[in-house]
Amino acid sequence: MADGPVAEVLLQRLEAADGGLDSAELAAELGVEHQTVVGAVKSLQALGEIIEAELRSTKRWELTTEGEEIAREGSHEARVFRSVPPEGLPQSELMRLPSGKVGFSKAMSNKWIRVDKSAADGPRVFRVVDSVEDEVQRRLQLVQGGQAEKLGEKERSELRKRKLLTEVNLKTYWVSKGSAFSTSISKQETELSPEMISSGSWRDRPFKPYNFSAHGVLPDSGHLHPLLKVRTQFRQIFLEMGFTEMPTDSYIESSFWNFDALFQPQQHPARDQHDTFFLRDPAQAQQLPMDYVHRVKRTHSQGGYGSQGYKYNWKLDEARKNLLRTHTTSASARALYRLAQKKPFTAAKYFSIDRVFRNETLDATHLAEFHQIEGVVADHGLTLGHLMGVLREFFTKLGITQLRFKPTYNPYTEPSMEVFSYHQGLKKWVEVGNSGIFRPEMLLPMGLPENVSVIAWGLSLERPTMIKYGINNIRELVGHKVNLQMVYDSPLCRLDAERGPPSTQEAA
Amino acid sequence: MYKRVIPNGEIQKLIITEETAKIRPYAVVAVLRNIKFTKDRYESFIELQEKLHQNICRKRALVAIGTHDLDTLSGPFTYTAKKPSDIKFKPLNKTKEYTACELMNIYKTDNHLKHYLHIIENKPLYPVIYDSNGVVLSMPPVINGHHSKITVNTRNIFIECTGTDFTKAKIVLDIIVTTFSEYCENQFTVEAAEVVFPNGKLHTFPELAYRKEMVRADLINKKVGIRETPENLAKLLTRMCLKSEVIGDGNQIEIEIPPTRADIIHACDIIEDAAIAYGYNNIQMTLPKTYTIANQFPLNKLTELLRHDMAAAGFTEALTFALCSQEDIADKLGLDISATKAVLISNPKTAEFQVARTTLLPGLLKTIAANRKMPLPLKLFEISDIVIKDSSRDVGARNYRHLCAVYYNKNPGFEIIHGLLDRIMQLLDVPPGEKKGGYVIRASEGPAFFPGRCAEIFARGQSIGKLGVLHPDVITKFELTMPCSCVEINIEPFL
Repeated sequence: MADGPVAEVLLQRLEAADGGLDSAELAAELGVEHQTVVGAVKSLQALGEIIEAELRSTKRWELTTEGEEIAREGSHEARVFRSVPPEGLPQSELMRLPSGKVGFSKAMSNKWIRVDKSAADGPRVFRVVDSVEDEVQRRLQLVQGGQAEKLGEKERSELRKRKLLTEVNLKTYWVSKGSAFSTSISKQETELSPEMISSGSWRDRPFKPYNFSAHGVLPDSGHLHPLLKVRTQFRQIFLEMGFTEMPTDSYIESSFWNFDALFQPQQHPARDQHDTFFLRDPAQAQQLPMDYVHRVKRTHSQGGYGSQGYKYNWKLDEARKNLLRTHTTSASARALYRLAQKKPFTAAKYFSIDRVFRNETLDATHLAEFHQIEGVVADHGLTLGHLMGVLREFFTKLGITQLRFKPTYNPYTEPSMEVFSYHQGLKKWVEVGNSGIFRPEMLLPMGLPENVSVIAWGLSLERPTMIKYGINNIRELVGHKVNLQMVYDSPLCRLDAERGPPSTQEAA
Repeated sequence: MYKRVIPNGEIQKLIITEETAKIRPYAVVAVLRNIKFTKDRYESFIELQEKLHQNICRKRALVAIGTHDLDTLSGPFTYTAKKPSDIKFKPLNKTKEYTACELMNIYKTDNHLKHYLHIIENKPLYPVIYDSNGVVLSMPPVINGHHSKITVNTRNIFIECTGTDFTKAKIVLDIIVTTFSEYCENQFTVEAAEVVFPNGKLHTFPELAYRKEMVRADLINKKVGIRETPENLAKLLTRMCLKSEVIGDGNQIEIEIPPTRADIIHACDIIEDAAIAYGYNNIQMTLPKTYTIANQFPLNKLTELLRHDMAAAGFTEALTFALCSQEDIADKLGLDISATKAVLISNPKTAEFQVARTTLLPGLLKTIAANRKMPLPLKLFEISDIVIKDSSRDVGARNYRHLCAVYYNKNPGFEIIHGLLDRIMQLLDVPPGEKKGGYVIRASEGPAFFPGRCAEIFARGQSIGKLGVLHPDVITKFELTMPCSCVEINIEPFL
């Protein structure tokens, strides 16, 4: 636009002008819309110091639409006068004319016409004078011609009251020469081009300033899911600590490996339909390691390995029942059983992060499926102190350094501990995990040596993810109702770094 | 010290008849004599029974507790089982008598009791306890009789626990009587009562057994990771109400396990109590000297590598549910459920949990449907497990790791999905062509695909999946409006 004809003319006029010019005047002179001149002014301004433009507010009188009509056709009262012939006109007929109603009373008060009420066929209107001066029209035409100042204040007010005139606030620019004034403006470039490079013409071209406060163009990229970004970090942490990943690629498990092998009794409420998804098809596991199964049966029902047992009737059919695993501890049990078959015993550190299923009540932070993180260390002479030490190292890699432990209960660990950390944002201790030492009744039937202890701990993947990314409703994170924009926008998962503004730090 | 005392007068007796054998064979009894209730103690008494019912009694299925005002009854008591129509009594908090059949109907709408009806409902005989005058004490596990209702003013309580697990019934009885014997005139004493079993054998209850266990002090120290003297350990255990003393060679600790601690079944239970008394947060944190080299699970390692390059290819990762409706994996894809070899879940609460997914496609299509307002094209992917029945596995099913990608736009973008497949094969180092170890795609068809726009992918000598433009029926059934292409392959052959 800066190189448009209007801008060019403006610069030329400016050169000739004394002091400056008014944008509205120029527009009227050129016969263009005021906005066009304003546009030219603004684009010239963007070029730098070529012009100086001062915003001014002026008032102007303009005709309304009705005012324009009257300026053209004459005032209503004058039209009324003109439509009364010498012999007069029935009032009723007069009133039916376009200007009739409006002009009649004014014409009457001007004493241009009179009404004879005693006329034979109804009231009749007659001229009083022979001719009239249409003052109103004359005045409006003055304003139209740009000479509103010739009218008196009173006259202008009167016309405004009749809604024939309005006062308009006009914002115009007072344009004057700038320090770098020139009548010739070259077109501004926005980008360097190959031609400019090869010809060297870039040296002579001015370049349009770049708007650094606007956003750039986001690259067309794919994105990783935030929960799985967190999973990647946890995998990394375990691998850094020397833990080997267990196979967990089996959502279907038998009750035997999910419960019985873990010394969880068959009468335990967790084995109810309410908490566990049992299968209709395939309903039962066909293959179980029967020697081991018998040892497990004996431990549950009669005791052994230093235990009293639960003293109930253990049923094989119950153990065969298939289900969707309720924890990945069943995979840990399988891994420990395999470890126990290898002689001589070698210590092991295992981990897994995979999906588990619970048939519980659903709410904003609970779904039927979620991911469990589990770590296991099997070695001679491990103590509760070792478990706490491992937990400290693990959580330090998450940026959590203040830990406290609280006694709790799990069917398959004894002692058991809940792990708490201090949450700076919430200013309180929150649970970050569950841990314990596996019971001998679980480990010894597998064939693990007696002085081998197995320490373990677990937490969910969803909870730290929701805290880290400030998400309150788990459905926005997991499942098909995910907020895709959130996936597009979520930052790198850096577990040991504080997340940006703390405003969204809320516990899941 | 909890004591069972034999009464000076007549000992209460419960006779079990053989009819109970098939439905609820076990019963144990006890008496709390001269108890003093306050409003709080009374409410606590009721609450304890409810809590026990919910957990150890496994919602009354294993054991049900009945507590009665002994002064309104007269023994000996009979525990038998009768036809529902032959049982008639005024139940707790009702004003008239009903038969058991009528009660089953009435309680169907009772929010509290309806959950327990199934335990006896379809049996030919229902359990019932009478006193010597034919007054019904209770119809376990559903409801007690109103006649023997306990109030704040009750002084003598007759307790009966019936059930299918003898051990649990004894434990439950022990817990109730030890807890509330504190409020008996003769504090911490429980009056004995007898049960006569169908075979004529007589048992006296409650057992209130104390037993002695022996644990080596160094074992406790070793397992917890502390260094306490045997005397200190004995003190810690005594603080946990496990009276202990050092005996023998100075290393052995003898611990008395009271009847309130039925949970102590192994030395590790005692060790936990010692650790709790010591204070977990006082234990020194140490690192195990376990030296191991870590290994990744190969399938997960491959998945991680592929995920990153899928995102680099411009696709966005989704995480969808493994459980879905039958429709999602069958009808909506033009298939019959029997052809899918899907794993079926029993008693799903809603249709969303009917089956385990056999394909990742429905999850991705539902993700698009839930994100309709996002700018096009939508390019999503997921690398995750599906589940298929497999009789060669010990549980009868197995997971497969699938990779699925969809392209949703004003044009189907088949060539884009095709290009993505080419890129994936390139990353997996699988060359195009019939040569060994290469991949080819061959025109194919399927009910989920648009005719003429479907191909099967063969690599490493097997079919690994399909790609194509989705059939308009599939698109509309998933509540979508734009054309869509997809590819889904099994990545396990590439391990």
